Amino acid sequence: MTSRQFRRLATRVGFWVLVAVVLIYAIFPFYYAVITSLKPSSELFTVSYWLDSLDVSNYVTIFSQGSFVRAIFNSILVSISVVAIALLLGVTASYALGRVRFRGRTTVMLVILGVSMFPQVAVLSGLFEVIRGLGLYNNPAGLILSYTIFTLPFTVWVLTTFMKQLPMELEEAAIMDGATPWVTITKVFLPLMWPAMATTGLLAFIAAWNEFLFALTFTLTDSQRTVPVAIALISGGSQHELPWGPIMAASVTVTVPLVILVMIFQRRIVSGLTAGAVKG
Amino acid sequence: MTTTTTLPRAPERARPYRGTKVRRQRVRAAWTFLAPMLITLALVAGWPLLRTFYFSLTDGTLSTLGDASFIGLENYLVYDNGAWYGLLTDPLWWRSVWNTVFFAVVSVSLEAVFGVIVALILNAEFRGRMLVRAAVLIPWAIPTIVSAKMWAWMLNDQFGIINHLLMALGLIDSPIAWTASATYSMWAVIMVDVWKTIPFVALLALAAMQMLPRDCYEAAEVDGIHPIKVFFKVTLPLITPALMVAVIFRMLDALRVFDVIYVLTSNASNTMTMSIYARQQLVEFQDVGYGSAASTLLFLIIALATVAYLYVGRKQLQLGGD
Amino acid sequence: MASVKLDKLNKVFGHDHIIKDVDLGIGDGEFVVFVGPSGCGKSTLLRLIAGLESITDGELRIGEQVVNDLPPRERGVGMVFQSYALYPHMTVYENMAFGLKLAKTANETIEERVMATARILQLEELLHRKPKELSGGQRQRVAMGRAMAREPRILLFDEPLSNLDASLRVQMRNEIARLHQRLGATVIYVTHDQVEAMTLADKIVVLNAGQVEQVGTPQELYQRPLTKFVAGFIGSPTMNFLPAEMVAGTTEGCRVHANGIGELDLPQDPGRHGAGDALTLGVRPEHLGLAPASGDNSFEIVNVEYLGNEVYIYFEPKDGDTLLIHRSEAPSCWEIGQHAALLPSVANVHLFDSDGCALALISTRDAA
Ligand SMILES: Nc1ncnc2c1ncn2[C@@H]1O[C@H](COP(=O)(O)OP(=O)(O)OP(=O)(O)O)[C@@H](O)[C@H]1O
Ligand SMILES: [Mg+2]
Repeated sequence: MTSRQFRRLATRVGFWVLVAVVLIYAIFPFYYAVITSLKPSSELFTVSYWLDSLDVSNYVTIFSQGSFVRAIFNSILVSISVVAIALLLGVTASYALGRVRFRGRTTVMLVILGVSMFPQVAVLSGLFEVIRGLGLYNNPAGLILSYTIFTLPFTVWVLTTFMKQLPMELEEAAIMDGATPWVTITKVFLPLMWPAMATTGLLAFIAAWNEFLFALTFTLTDSQRTVPVAIALISGGSQHELPWGPIMAASVTVTVPLVILVMIFQRRIVSGLTAGAVKG
Repeated sequence: MTTTTTLPRAPERARPYRGTKVRRQRVRAAWTFLAPMLITLALVAGWPLLRTFYFSLTDGTLSTLGDASFIGLENYLVYDNGAWYGLLTDPLWWRSVWNTVFFAVVSVSLEAVFGVIVALILNAEFRGRMLVRAAVLIPWAIPTIVSAKMWAWMLNDQFGIINHLLMALGLIDSPIAWTASATYSMWAVIMVDVWKTIPFVALLALAAMQMLPRDCYEAAEVDGIHPIKVFFKVTLPLITPALMVAVIFRMLDALRVFDVIYVLTSNASNTMTMSIYARQQLVEFQDVGYGSAASTLLFLIIALATVAYLYVGRKQLQLGGD
Repeated sequence: MASVKLDKLNKVFGHDHIIKDVDLGIGDGEFVVFVGPSGCGKSTLLRLIAGLESITDGELRIGEQVVNDLPPRERGVGMVFQSYALYPHMTVYENMAFGLKLAKTANETIEERVMATARILQLEELLHRKPKELSGGQRQRVAMGRAMAREPRILLFDEPLSNLDASLRVQMRNEIARLHQRLGATVIYVTHDQVEAMTLADKIVVLNAGQVEQVGTPQELYQRPLTKFVAGFIGSPTMNFLPAEMVAGTTEGCRVHANGIGELDLPQDPGRHGAGDALTLGVRPEHLGLAPASGDNSFEIVNVEYLGNEVYIYFEPKDGDTLLIHRSEAPSCWEIGQHAALLPSVANVHLFDSDGCALALISTRDAA
């Protein structure tokens, strides 16, 4: 073997080792959560790297608790409502920002960008008061309202960049046909924006599904909690005996749908993230 | 119907035109479309922010929000009986400021470095590349709480796989209490955050890399320049703008970090950040006035960082444009 | 059908005065073509008429009505865009019916009108296809169908054929001409293409830097351009321009001298110009004769182009660097390097003063 060939081979091997490291980095923690969740509680404290049992008792435990099922339901309700509201308000707003030139447009864009940078804690006390004032404390509706603070700016921002890319002549053709702005949005642009809406909707869904601080602060009882809070608050007899089996089972349960979504919509998510950040 | 009179006109001095009815209608429609969004944002962001500012000047508590009384800047700083009190004198507050900055700078730097490395790997042509790319998104998609819990389990001092692995490899003699020890807990938190956010940085860097012109690379290859040199001389400078955007986003995110740390180490002072401090005051100690003061300072720090960034960014743009 | 009247129309974008005092009358059923160099404001003028841009100043009438403040749908205009701008998610039928639906037309009427339009444009087979399943020419026809379905009083076209390849362009050009004859609609048509302008137009409007240079029938513009700009713009290959000097001007005409040509007696009225004034002589390539010659009054042939049916012969100019062109029927016995005298046909020569204005013919002045 010449030294040149050897160098080639070494580079190739080195590269695949790197790929393997990246894969382990990405997958292992989740994989480990899965195998932990499938262990019987007796074996929990012996470390193993392989899936050597298929015990679903941890899953039975969490699903037999009404509060966890309820939390999943709350999470779904909150996330879907947030996505619907963000898309509805976002599409109309992005039409205005992306296609109409008017005074104040830049200011509005800056305000939106500013809001997306708000630390959530900064509005916590004021928002708490608003939510209590509206009678929405300890109610998923309060979460839906408060989640618009981070989903709405993002949705508007990304949809605006997509809106801008639609050809001007298409809108002018609609104007010639007598379409009002509202008709143009609903009949002409919306059908063309579905991919963008799916992307932003998905990202907003993930953000809402994962939110923790507001959910922790604005809910009180088990029946109103969302999944992240429910998982964070699972506790055992004492601080030092956390029920790791059920916790991992719950973690896997709420993550699997997300992982599947991400795998399916990988391309869209990437384009959405880059549209929000790079082109913005 | 309107009758338009043809006015005598001075072509040099363009008359500011009012626009036709069509244009005015369009602008009106634009504001109508914006209104629901702006109202919502005002309700959930603008007004609460103002109230937080106001609360920070009162002695309100969670149960007596309505009739809090105005106490000026006492929550921030007050001289009473020969001693200074208030947020600005609280060592724990300053500790949490330092923790936040340390956390943000270290984790974002690590994310940038590893993010670019991962992006370089994903940018190479190899079989199964799309699969690896999808896999890399997993840490990003996992809810922060869940990833914190997973890592808490892996970092468990007695039964955790990390300690097990390190001991099996002979790197450590006795288990480390990762999330409880003063030395390691901050690093444990940083590690989890870096793990979770590398994908974001990597994807943005990858998107930038894929937009780079191919001919630069072909030219470099023809000239026989070493790939590492090509990376530092060609790739890195060209992806820097996109990378900066990712870093800024991440920085603003890291400065308000709450959930990872809250789940991994709770309210421990070793890892307490500004957000955790503020929330503890607000919710656990029910001291809305004091907690709002902390929130306000956090907001001001982030706002300042943003403005500074925008200012520097614009400066650089202008310099670059000349 | 309707007439259109533009009265001192102006358009300002920010600080750019793009359309300047345009006056124009367009008769009922007329086919009017706007031509002019790129950026002269053709599209802007069309869009002002359509209602897509607001009029800064002046008055626009369609029929008897002032329409400055009317939205496009109430102006009764239909527009065909250069990129077609068909709605990608709608079928051909839906594309054509969209405007009618928005106008709350009864369903039977919509169907009737769309079918009638489709028949005229031979789109009947394609009604259920989406735009992406159509060829360029078919898309073009759908775009026209969409503009026509609402039976507008005026049809506007902005470079409708420029995205088509050459042969399709000829075919569509013919279809548009036949369509116009059949429908008798008022048409305003913007193009870059000379041939389109000459063949389609009842009336050509030459625009230059936002102003109307000349309005007239294709023949008028070709035979009697009023300015040097129009003379150079209309006709292909373009008119030859030679610097000339007035030798004497009488009521009988002008005697001018041009470098390399010699003295010519022309039927133009010298007007206020006297001996010694600088002029420009304009001769179309087809109005030049050739004779073997050498010496001062001859030009060297630098290139000969055979186009099959005709021949272009290029001469080295005495002044400037724009080659002079001679055009004649093929074949030709002239070769590169030979010298020849250029003999303008005096009746077809144009004279322009230093401002670029054409000197009028004595006979036309008498007639006026
Ligand atoms: N919305 C606008 N804002 C500012 N300037 C504009 C706008 N639309 C057109 N212009 C300017 O007006 C001038 C005329 O543009 P217009 O599109 O009418 O030219 P045109 O004659 O159609 O050119 P072309 O033959 O290239 O299509 C150009 O200089 C253009 O830059
Ligand atoms: Mg144009």
